[in-house]
Amino acid sequence: MTEKIDTMLYLDGVSVAFDGFKAINKLSIIVHPAEMLAIIGPNGAGKTTMMDIITGKTRPDDGEILFNGRTDLTQLDEAAIANLGIGRKFQKPTVFESQTIWDNLEMALRKPRGIFATLFYASDQADVDHITEILETVRLLSRKDDLAADLSHGQKQWLEIGMLLAQDPKLLLVDEPVAGMTDAETVETAKLLKQIAKTRSVVVVEHDMSFVRDLDSRVTCLAEGSVLAEGSLEQVSANPHVIERYLGR
Amino acid sequence: MITQAIFRAIDRKAIWLVSILLLVAVAVPAANLIIPPGQFGHIPVYLVTLFGKYLTYAMLALALDLVWGYCGILSLGHGAFFALGGYAMGMYLMRQVGDRGVYANPDLPDFMVFLNWQELPWYWLGFDNFWFACAMVMLVPGTLAFIFGFLAFRSRVTGVYLSIMTQAMTYALLLAFFRNDMGFGGNNGLTDFKEILGASVQADTTRAALFAATAVGLAISVLICSTIVNSKLGKVMIAVRDAESRTRFLGYRVEYVKLFAFTVSAVIAGVAGALYVPQIGIINPGEFAPANSIEVVIWTAVGGRGTIIGPIIGAVLVNVGKSYFTGAFPEIWLFALGALFVVTTLFLPKGIVGLIGQYRTMTTRREQHQRPEPTEHKPASDVQPKPAE
Repeated sequence: MTEKIDTMLYLDGVSVAFDGFKAINKLSIIVHPAEMLAIIGPNGAGKTTMMDIITGKTRPDDGEILFNGRTDLTQLDEAAIANLGIGRKFQKPTVFESQTIWDNLEMALRKPRGIFATLFYASDQADVDHITEILETVRLLSRKDDLAADLSHGQKQWLEIGMLLAQDPKLLLVDEPVAGMTDAETVETAKLLKQIAKTRSVVVVEHDMSFVRDLDSRVTCLAEGSVLAEGSLEQVSANPHVIERYLGR
Repeated sequence: MITQAIFRAIDRKAIWLVSILLLVAVAVPAANLIIPPGQFGHIPVYLVTLFGKYLTYAMLALALDLVWGYCGILSLGHGAFFALGGYAMGMYLMRQVGDRGVYANPDLPDFMVFLNWQELPWYWLGFDNFWFACAMVMLVPGTLAFIFGFLAFRSRVTGVYLSIMTQAMTYALLLAFFRNDMGFGGNNGLTDFKEILGASVQADTTRAALFAATAVGLAISVLICSTIVNSKLGKVMIAVRDAESRTRFLGYRVEYVKLFAFTVSAVIAGVAGALYVPQIGIINPGEFAPANSIEVVIWTAVGGRGTIIGPIIGAVLVNVGKSYFTGAFPEIWLFALGALFVVTTLFLPKGIVGLIGQYRTMTTRREQHQRPEPTEHKPASDVQPKPAE
């Protein structure tokens, strides 16, 4: 068993109930530094609720959640958790539609978040270079002055991944990153996430099994709020419980 | 750092607006004082005061726009901050009356003598001093907004619930200020002013100076607001308006962003109220009436929220209309105002300024069609603010 202190994310016996319905039931998950974990599972398995709990949107009723082996996340709010170095991409791409792609990234850029620091912020050359670099990575450089609202669904997903990169987090929580993407884009996204996972921890929730195969990472299958199976994709998809509850015969 | 932020704010539009306001600040008083009555170009003193009143309303609308148009907080109680600023100035003007009141009491304002009060309440102390009163004009609305905002935003009260609370706040103040025991003149409020800084409030020169002060005050408010909205904080404010919870996950403290905007806005509204009172000559609890605050929302919506110039245009146009209608057809004014709001909401979601934007879009589109390669760029006016999830 791994020591708590060596983990990036440590969930132990986490439970949360909404009106008596146990959305998460004694969930225990460990993510190591610079490791990718793919989470699969049927609808209602608690995948998004798990992300809500980690990022401070929902308070767990019970259990322990540690970040970086030390910080207790259950006592912090969303902004504090984001500033610790946990970035989240939402299931539905959520970008600031009435603002330009450049401004979206500038706001996400890891900089002091205080009111007056933000009011008197002036971008220096390093910031400009960094944003340009991210724009190249997510292939939106030519559209930097367009409004985020004008992007296609897949491009919005990429912009949101770019915003995650700009935040420079230690842990990325990525909820269904390839929904609405073409097959080619899906392949590219898998490459990009694997690249990111070389230096950071990444948790990906996804339904697209071929995408999960491309990620080539450890897989956890959730069902009814707890872990059903863990291991490589082959092991998990060979598990009879997983076949019964999720993959179907 | 600060100079950079201000420099960035001074874009072409802001320069134009500030220059026009400064020009107005000089030209209107000059047309009143220098050009003799009866000659072409003379502006009678009642019009100077009327325009001055419109400009204080424009300042109030601009203050509301900072929180509503840019930060998505629909305040239905901004009239309260305006009235509090007005009361602080009114208290100074009351102290300047001295023994020239009806009861000729050198120590107490008339209404206190009438109520048989023996000494000045503690909260009236210091209002003999103009600069103390000026500080209170900003501090009182600012502090109320800070405390109210801190409690409301920290508890994540948003949308219509927040609007109702601001409405309740101004209504509570209305009821409180109606009470004689409050020591602010009760139903009658504060009036019968004599002097401001030693000059008679009735004199033409004073009225001209008050007008100039109002125009300069509005110009400074424009500079402050455009500095804020053109900064990165302004972008974060728009982000809060469009997708509040997303902004939180980026690590911004949404409650502090809102609190900053709300407090700055309340201070501007307070200053507007302080400029309003000496020109109008009275401040009474009626200024706290919820209907007043709702009217400010209508001015802002008509002019175009989320722009700096929109609320100024809206406040001036609607009030020119009000002055005309209430004189010519007093019975239909409220219907006209209601219809205006409905028409704006249905057909002009971005107000008059948005209409100009739409016209520009059409012309640029036409130009783009004639070009061989149309760009994908779309103008800002096509995007509606989306509610936070």
